Amino acid sequence: MGDIIFSLVAIVIGIAASYGLYWLLNFLLSLLPEHIQKKVNWLAFLTPAAVLVILVLIMPLLQTVIWSFKDDRAREWVGLKNYIDLFTDERFLGILLNNFLWVLVVPAVTVAIGTAAATLTNQVGPTREKIFKSLIFMPMAISFVSASTIWAYFYAYVPPGRPEIGLLNALVKSLGFEAQPWLTMDQGRLNSFLLMAVLVWLQVGYAMVVISAAIKGVPEETIEAAQLDGANAWQIFAGVILPQIWGTVMSVFVTILILVMKIFDIVLAMTRGNFTTSVLAFEWYKQYFENSNIGPASAVVMVLVLLIAPLMWLQINTVRQQEMLR
Amino acid sequence: MNKVEHLFRRLNLGSTIALLILVTIWLIPTVGLLVTSLRPSSVAELSPWWEGLFNPLSTVWTLDAYQTSLQSGMLESLINTIAVTVPATILPLMIAANAAYAFTFLNFKGKEIFFATLVALMVIPLQSSLIPVLKGMVWFQKTFNIPLTGTYASAWVVHSAFAMPLAIYILRNYMMTLPTALIEAAKIDGASNYQIFWRLVLPMSIPVIASFAIFQFLWVWNDYLIAFIFVGEQKAVMTYQLLRLLGQYGQGWRDVAAGSFISLIVPLIVFFSLQRYFTRGLLAGSVKG
Repeated sequence: MGDIIFSLVAIVIGIAASYGLYWLLNFLLSLLPEHIQKKVNWLAFLTPAAVLVILVLIMPLLQTVIWSFKDDRAREWVGLKNYIDLFTDERFLGILLNNFLWVLVVPAVTVAIGTAAATLTNQVGPTREKIFKSLIFMPMAISFVSASTIWAYFYAYVPPGRPEIGLLNALVKSLGFEAQPWLTMDQGRLNSFLLMAVLVWLQVGYAMVVISAAIKGVPEETIEAAQLDGANAWQIFAGVILPQIWGTVMSVFVTILILVMKIFDIVLAMTRGNFTTSVLAFEWYKQYFENSNIGPASAVVMVLVLLIAPLMWLQINTVRQQEMLR
Repeated sequence: MNKVEHLFRRLNLGSTIALLILVTIWLIPTVGLLVTSLRPSSVAELSPWWEGLFNPLSTVWTLDAYQTSLQSGMLESLINTIAVTVPATILPLMIAANAAYAFTFLNFKGKEIFFATLVALMVIPLQSSLIPVLKGMVWFQKTFNIPLTGTYASAWVVHSAFAMPLAIYILRNYMMTLPTALIEAAKIDGASNYQIFWRLVLPMSIPVIASFAIFQFLWVWNDYLIAFIFVGEQKAVMTYQLLRLLGQYGQGWRDVAAGSFISLIVPLIVFFSLQRYFTRGLLAGSVKG
């Protein structure tokens, strides 16, 4: 009980304090002479957000850049040593390969299944559409940790002699093969692909919902015209619908791409980065929270930032285009 | 066209069957864990869950696992998760709404540069700033003797900051569509910016605030990393607790399953009851037009 009351009080105080902050800022502003007020009134609205962004995002990011050139305890400058160490370490190159595979597989597969689901749900009438969409979309509400639990159980392996409880191994056995400890098998990065399935499962709903809205926006006349010309379902989809929704498909692709590059929780929960499944964000976690290596951890995260940077540029360009359309 | 084929076309059976297969694949892993969480411990580890599902009448169903799980820490975690999530949803929205007001309705030097910085920050991985923020907090609490790490408040601050770029961006886009004439009229009537924001712009922005609130709520509720670093063990949230259960071998799948479903209940209720707003929010973020 005490915990609940404490939490409630904390919540109320936290929210009241921040409301009070805005009131105070505006009150202070109102004390100023009017002509100055007009010039600085934006400060009362923007300052808290700016302080947060500068203190918690920008300055720490610069600190990480600096630390990536320092030693394990962030005391001595070591130049490019951390980066050289990383790129001469075969294990780290394996990690980069994993990230590359994630990026190659997950966005494409997710968008493909999402587009298929969107096309299919658009054909079955409103009631069935709603039910199917809700069920495919549902994993969006689930945490990466819960999703990993769900899938770890699906892949579960029990030593021979005990009854099979993992569905995958039961299926494999019913086909006459041996049960396998799937998550430990890194031949051809098999286990990494099994982890990717979890993220695809989580994100297909997002792709489906957004692409489905785009398909509904395709003008009827263009489809009818193609039907009159005798085009079949596939020709209509590939020749008429797809070109018109391509922009949306690409923006979904990029959103998932950015998410995939930062993937972390699934690897942590399912394999703890063992059996060659580690990725950049997990390596950062391991370097700092298991080994307390500040310099190397910062260098790992800088590699991630540098790989994402081109997407940042893409993002700014997209926003700029949208602003021009306004 | 014969009759069967006609019926087939009319009911869209082909698409329906394809979707049924997809949905079945999508649901099977979750159903497996759910069934396991509802079986007695003596059975759950020894017989496969689908045997329980196929013989529902001869299986004993029980909520024991949920009771055990709640008693052994999951209830505290639930409270901790709520205490982290509620303010970490409301605070960033309030801060972002104020900032979005400045970006939409006020003019100041460097507005474009500020805004471009925010857009760029939307894709930066949060890992790039977490260690310095943690170190900064540790330094702060040593210097001023005010505890920060291990408290809810530190998680509120960090979650608020990371939500800022996207929240400001989405709220500003919405505020730009509000009728400017109304705001001009209020200004002529002598209303201050403070009044215009709280009485006019904020109430008119409720739809976008609602959809972003759902996002932020689910994001914070489901977050592991920030809760692990800034709240940690003393006030363990559910993702933290669940990961700990998952790491303890021999703990048994049944307890993990029950814990997992306890952590799922609230997000699923939020999701299914507010799905319309959620979808609207998703579309506002990615479909142009």
